[in-house]
Amino acid sequence: MKHMNVVVCVKQIPDGDQSSYKLDPSSHNLVRDGKLILDESDSYGVEMGLQLAEQAGGGEVTLVSMAPGSETSGLRTALAMGAAKAILVSDPALAGSDALSTAKVLAAAIKRAEPDLILTATESSDGYTGTIPVQIAEILGLPAVTFSKSVTVSGDKITVERQTEEGYDQVEVPLPAVISVTAGVVEPRYPSFKGIMAAKGKPVEELKVSDLGLDDASVGRAGAGQEVTGVEPAEARKAGEIVVDEGEAFQHIISYLERIKVI
Amino acid sequence: MALNSVWVVVDRSADKVASVAFELLTKARQVAASVEAVTWGDASGIAEQIGAYGATALHTVGDLGGGLPGPAVAAAIAEKVSGGSGPDAIFLAQSYNGRDIAGRLSARIDVPVLTNIVNLSEDGLTTEHAIFGGTEILNAKFTGSGPGLYVIRAKSFAPEESGGAAAAVDTWAVPELGPVGAARIVSSHVEETQGPKLDEAAVVVSGGRGLGDAGSYKLIEDLAKLLKGAPGASRAIVDAGWVPYSHQVGQTGKTVKPTVYIACGISGATQHMVGMKSAKNIIAVNKDQEAPIFSISDLGVVGDVKKVLPQLIEALQKRG
Repeated sequence: MKHMNVVVCVKQIPDGDQSSYKLDPSSHNLVRDGKLILDESDSYGVEMGLQLAEQAGGGEVTLVSMAPGSETSGLRTALAMGAAKAILVSDPALAGSDALSTAKVLAAAIKRAEPDLILTATESSDGYTGTIPVQIAEILGLPAVTFSKSVTVSGDKITVERQTEEGYDQVEVPLPAVISVTAGVVEPRYPSFKGIMAAKGKPVEELKVSDLGLDDASVGRAGAGQEVTGVEPAEARKAGEIVVDEGEAFQHIISYLERIKVI
Repeated sequence: MALNSVWVVVDRSADKVASVAFELLTKARQVAASVEAVTWGDASGIAEQIGAYGATALHTVGDLGGGLPGPAVAAAIAEKVSGGSGPDAIFLAQSYNGRDIAGRLSARIDVPVLTNIVNLSEDGLTTEHAIFGGTEILNAKFTGSGPGLYVIRAKSFAPEESGGAAAAVDTWAVPELGPVGAARIVSSHVEETQGPKLDEAAVVVSGGRGLGDAGSYKLIEDLAKLLKGAPGASRAIVDAGWVPYSHQVGQTGKTVKPTVYIACGISGATQHMVGMKSAKNIIAVNKDQEAPIFSISDLGVVGDVKKVLPQLIEALQKRG
């Protein structure tokens, strides 16, 4: 293939570990009012897309994202890595969207870019539903290979090592296709200073739900076929004994294992 | 509304039934009057096993001809649902194939999917999800029409046989898939492991960044072997390429519930904790006294894993 246009789906998520996340008490949506960043899981897809376009000797990476409040800070990170442009769907009507609605929106946006290949993470780090890559593939009528830990292109065919419970399967798939990649599939580059400066001028096309030919009522809370009925603290596990090692701590472990009859 | 009928998608690797299928069948039987199973490949060889956990029928889409299970199984189920003979709910495992089938099916019949389910209410209508590393439980339910797709994490329910007779086997035709079915498995590779399987072992010894380098993972393997357990890993060292993905414990890896979980050089990111916090006993060794893993450990050792583990291994070897 002489030319490879890749769409990479990226999510912009709250900064910090999940333990710092909060749900809005009435809507039960994840609070996203702080700084949003590029989901680290998506940096692997961005890197993979850049490498595949470079190897093909032509083509570019287009980012597709859905986020509230015209958020672009995470997109800028991926643009700074080398992506050429971005499509951002941002619309108040999208608040409370479930996975299927999200996939419909992303699929409609992806279609506009007419890609040869669509890359995604296996799941986001904040919502981790893990079905959106396949839902997008089904909506677009494309094959998909999920949980890919290695991706190589030869001609118009891609060979993927797909994770299995026992090891991996080597899977071949014709293009266009959707591939979800695991973390660690490639080493994401750090944006260079030049890249960061260039990213500021790269085009981000912002769209509303209606621009995609979708009905507001089919997405967001209105279109969701599921609802959160409550959130409560889980039964907490208590911290037990703490021993500071001064050369003898291994004996505490031995005693503990004896007490629970493991040894 | 109640759940009268549930279909359980039986996940398998090679021809063996994945153990999570028995967990899902058991729960399905508790919440619904009628339980049927759907699978791929040979069905007659597993009909007795599936029946013993309460399914009266076992439908197979037949040999996949090298294709992935997702498109074929989803398309066959979608035909039945669209034809009006669908169930009230479909249970699938939160596994590689389970998520593929759920995603395809969801888009094909336009029904929502709930994933990462760890428990169900008595009537089966309300789902529980462990969020934020398992510190909070979120409840949800389906609101629309059509069968809800329940994607359930392994180890959420204890498997129990019902004493049922062999399930009645039949074959479901797969409609023409077109491009969605174009992926082909060329070859399968099994990563050799010795000792018990990670998600079945009574003892799990896991290593993380605190090991310092890939070579030190041998300490984890040695200790696991001495305790007749399985070696596991945090996402950080899997991403770093020290050990294969199949060793990963956590949100994106395996859920384990061993008698004892020994976390070595693992700080305890929420992504890791959600996969192991249901262990009966947790022992943690970590240099950083502030590491979150200590907040859920029964025994916490503040120390260098590269000092503590060799001492522990030597002492265990001496005991013979």
